[in-house]
Parts: sequence; C-alpha cells; structure tokens
Amino acid sequence: MATDEDGALPIVLVHRPANFHFPFKDRLETQFRLLDPFDSDPPESTHSFFSRHAASVRVLLCVDPEPISGDLISLLPNLHLIVCSSAGVDHVDLQECRRRSIAVTSAGKAFSPDVADLAVGLLIDVLRRVSAGDRYVRARLWARNGEYQLGSKLGGKRVGIVGLGSIGTEIAKRLESFGCAISYNSRKKKPYVHFPWHKNVYDLAINSDILVVCCALTEETHHMINKDVMTALGKEGVIINVGRGDLIDEKELVQLLVIGELGGAGLDVFENEPDVPEELFGLNNVVLSPHCAVATPECFDALEELITANLKAYFSSNPLQSLVEFE
Amino acid sequence: MQGDDQDLRTQDLPQVLVIKPPPLLTLFEDKFMSSKFQLLKAWESTLPLDQFLTTYAGSVRAVLCSGASPITLDIIRLLPSLQLVVTASAGTNHIDLNECRRLGIAVANTAGVFSDDGADAAVGLLIDVLRKISAADRFVRHGLWPSKGDYPLGSKLGGKRVGIVGLGDIGLAVAKRLEAFGCTILYNSRKQKPYVPYPFYTNVHELAADSDALIICCALTAETRHMINREVMLALGKQGIIINIARGAIIDEKEMVECLVKGEIGGAGLDVFENEPNVPKELCELDNVVLSPHRVVFTAEGFIAACELVVGNLEAFFSDKPLLSLVIDE
Repeated sequence: MATDEDGALPIVLVHRPANFHFPFKDRLETQFRLLDPFDSDPPESTHSFFSRHAASVRVLLCVDPEPISGDLISLLPNLHLIVCSSAGVDHVDLQECRRRSIAVTSAGKAFSPDVADLAVGLLIDVLRRVSAGDRYVRARLWARNGEYQLGSKLGGKRVGIVGLGSIGTEIAKRLESFGCAISYNSRKKKPYVHFPWHKNVYDLAINSDILVVCCALTEETHHMINKDVMTALGKEGVIINVGRGDLIDEKELVQLLVIGELGGAGLDVFENEPDVPEELFGLNNVVLSPHCAVATPECFDALEELITANLKAYFSSNPLQSLVEFE
Repeated sequence: MQGDDQDLRTQDLPQVLVIKPPPLLTLFEDKFMSSKFQLLKAWESTLPLDQFLTTYAGSVRAVLCSGASPITLDIIRLLPSLQLVVTASAGTNHIDLNECRRLGIAVANTAGVFSDDGADAAVGLLIDVLRKISAADRFVRHGLWPSKGDYPLGSKLGGKRVGIVGLGDIGLAVAKRLEAFGCTILYNSRKQKPYVPYPFYTNVHELAADSDALIICCALTAETRHMINREVMLALGKQGIIINIARGAIIDEKEMVECLVKGEIGGAGLDVFENEPNVPKELCELDNVVLSPHRVVFTAEGFIAACELVVGNLEAFFSDKPLLSLVIDE
C-alpha cells in the first residue's frame, strides 16, 4: 500500500467503531486523504496501522463512541488535533491531550437544540403519561377499562438543570415558555444568568420537582446523581437524563423507581448501552430512549459542516470552532 | 348562600340537575359539591329520562353537563324553568346553543382552565411524533436495541412551519411554546386576530399547503366538522404531521386513517377520535402515530381548577351575581 505524503490532499487519520461507516466519509474523501485502519488490506490492527502512519499524522478524526486512549495517542508523536464527532468528549483521554498540547474539538453547540427538544419531549411524556397512554390505547384497554390515569401539570413545576451549558440553556429557554421555574447547578455560577444557582446538586434536588441532567461526564460528575440526591428530589420527583448514563447511579435509580421512591424518569442514556435494566421495561412512569437525542438528519448535516470546516481550518492555519477547554 | 347550620336540609340547597355525571363529578363531588348544591341525579333513576325530567325537574333552574351528556333541544323542552347550563368542558358543541340563546338560557363552560395543559399536550404530541419517542420506547421495551442497533432518525423541530387551526387561548399557548423551539407559526381561524404577529390564512387548505404540521385547537361546530378532509391532508403532504387535541369530528377520520396507511401524510398525534373510546385498529398498528385516550390534555391540577370554576359559576348564578365564564358566541 502506498505511503506517500506528497499527495495534494491533507492527511486525516480516522478512528471509528468497527462496523460504523460514518455517513459523510465519501464527501470528506474529496477534500482529505482519509487513513482508516479498517480499510487496510490485508487487515491490520489499529495499533499497527497507527504506528506505521505515525510520522505523517497531525490530525485524527475520532468518530464516537470509539474511545481514544492515552496509549493510542502516544503512538502519534506529531498529533496536533483531535476532531470529535460528539458533544461529549468523555471518551477522549483529555489529560494526555493537555499534556501534549493536542487541541480537541467537539460537536459543540451543533446538537444542542435537538438534544433540548428531546429532553423536553421526554419530560412531557413522563409527566403526562404520553407513551403509557399510547400503550393503553394500543392494547385496546380504553374501550374495555375506561378512563386512563390523569397526568401532572408542567406549569409551576420547579426544574433543576444539572449543567447549564449550551444544552442546558436551550432546555431552560423551552421550559420557561411552559411556565416552569428554572434553577441550576454547575461548577461555577454563570454571570448574566438570572436563574437561581445552587452550589451542589443535592441542594438543587431539594429545591426541585424535576432534575434535567445534561452536563459533561468527568471524574467529578461520575455517579453525581446518587441515592442521596434522588431521595432529596422526593417521591414525586422526575429525572430526565440526556447527558451520559454514568452521571446517574443507575442501580440506585432502578431500585428507587421500582419501590416507588422516585416519581418517574425519562432516559436517553444508560450506563451500559445498548443494555437497559429490564426492571424498567415494566414501569409506566418511565420513558426509555435508545440514545436518540442527536438522531435527526439536520444534526448530522450540521456535524458534517462543522467537522469539514475544522479540518479545513486546521490545514489552512485558521481558527478552530468548538474547541474543548481543558480545566 | 346557605348558612353553616349542621342540620342543613338538602331541600334548602339549590337544585342542580345532572343527567349523566361529568368525569370531574365522579372525582370531586364530595369535596366540592355536596355541601353546596342538591344534585338531582337523573342517571340514578330507573325512569326513562323524559319521564324523570317531567316528574322531578319542573323547577330546575340549572343543569351541570359535559360532552358525555348533551343538552339537546328535546331535553331543554322538558325543563321549563331552566336558566343556566354549566358544562364541565371548554367545548360547547354538545349543547344546543341556538335554543339556549332563543330562550335566554345562559351557558357557562370551563374555558381557559385547560389552555396551558392543552398546549403542553399538543407540543408533547408533536415532539413525540417528530422524534419518535413512543415508538423508540416500544423498541427498547421489546429488547430490540441490542439486536437491531440504532433507531431510525427522527426529524428536527426547529425551523418547522406549524399551522395552528384555531387561535384561541389554547392555540396562542401552543404558539408561544413552539416559538421557543424555533418553529415558525402560521394560523387559520374564523377571523384574523389583531395584534398577533403570525401570518393569517383565510382557509385551512392554504394553511396546510404552507405547513409542515397542523395543530387542531378549534371548536367543533357545523362549519368545522370534517374540515380536515382529504384535500387538506394531501396539501399538508407526505411529511406532514397532524396533531388533534380538539374534537375527533373536526377531522374526517376515515380519510385520515387511509392517508396514514398509504403514506400520504407523515404522521399524527391524536388525543380525540370520532367515536371514543373506539380507535380505528389501523392506527394501533402504525409507528408514526401517537394515540392518547382523551387524557393527555387533562391534569389533576386542571381538573381541580375546572371544578372550582364550575362551582364558582353555580354559586354566582344562585346568588344573582355575574357568571365567571359565560359563553359568548362570536
């Protein structure tokens, strides 16, 4: 296989899940020379492929959720930039990137409105039993058993947003129009934001009827929504999670829902996708979503635009968008 | 108003006729009604209705009804003393308004009480259909995520043109919410509303042609019956979504089912049907449809507010005060 580097197209190393052919690969190939271990013939391990091409690689395109570890990064001494395809970058060894001064870009705000739409949709569904009512009708129980249970009002509910980043802000904007009272928790209080801030998520839970979890997954936020927080939220409390499954202690969450110590949940993410705890399947106060928050064609178009723009920007020494800030 | 006497004789309480119990009566009678009114419960009698009314309801001045117990011309004729119809609903299509007007019978409803809840429900149904929330939930519950992989893509809300059919309290509340999602709002109603920033369409066919989704929020009247017909649905188009939280009969249900089955419209979110509680079985097999048993617009809090309004109207009437929610025909 040729290993020339003097071709007109700049080189981008691709790191993706084995069976996932990302939709705009063909279009990217018109502007960049994509090196993809899974395209090598005869087949070659990622390790070996990375090592062999190491000298010429300055940019890596990391297609989520394939993780990029410190070990893999250390195979690429000339790496300057990792372009990611998701808003979350918890699957990237950021410490190693910071150590090596490797820039990392994410999907940034491209997905935020769509994630926010789904979070609100899940919340309305849980409070107003939309999916449960739909099941009731489809099982022909309306004619047989009569009126279905009443749901609960949105207006006036106290919503605690965990992580007021781009997604949290879009969620707040939408829920205000429904008459919800918004407050939030984040690492630091945000200037110019008029919603009440709580310094920890426990305080937020005590003062909320609903928690919407949409923050980044880091070492600090792992299992942040634990039994104490969920108990503080209360028996009528509702949790919506569009962040990462590991933000919530899933085992505790399931337990509390099953014994009725938590009012309900709308979950787009889980600790061990695609496995979802089966105890949840029998609950009518839970709505389950197979990690769909960014699943619209418009999201993927926006992502393609952003990734293409960032790759072009790098190779022409122009500013990058959606740079991940290292703490 | 009655005194606080422990030995109130029920004959001293003002009489309110109830032909069939509205849902909120079943839920809240003890809490709200029994101490204030003597309910004349026609459904508990073994007599046929007309005989019951002739025998017992001659001096009845007020009747409490809902969609489940229509106040027809025939019933009005059997109530010579009737002066007030209170319906525990926003809709009044089950009341012969013409006859009431002719005889000077006042009509009060629970308009406004469910506006926010109705709007929340409409938006919830729209998000569900566009983003396939209930269908994906089914997918997960059937254990298909591990075997079948990712669920098919949904469709973005932002940028969609949403045509609101009937820009009353509920329609306006829907518009306000959808603006926060980045939707473009258009509307049709009997008359253009002054001071409303959204483009007005004189007929629903043209509205459908310019919309990605239609949200039905208008009253059911002779003019609006089957207003959403095949032509309107074809104008809405193959990607088009219909959300109905108003009355089933506003849509030609048979045509809608056919359009959905054949893919001539993109999907529907329906809280109401022409022949509740019967829902066409074809709908129960479609993944691009979300079905609610005439429930998603209601909340426990809303019911309590409706109850308070019903009681408030009755109390006002019996103490010769102005009604709280008089229905005024436009």
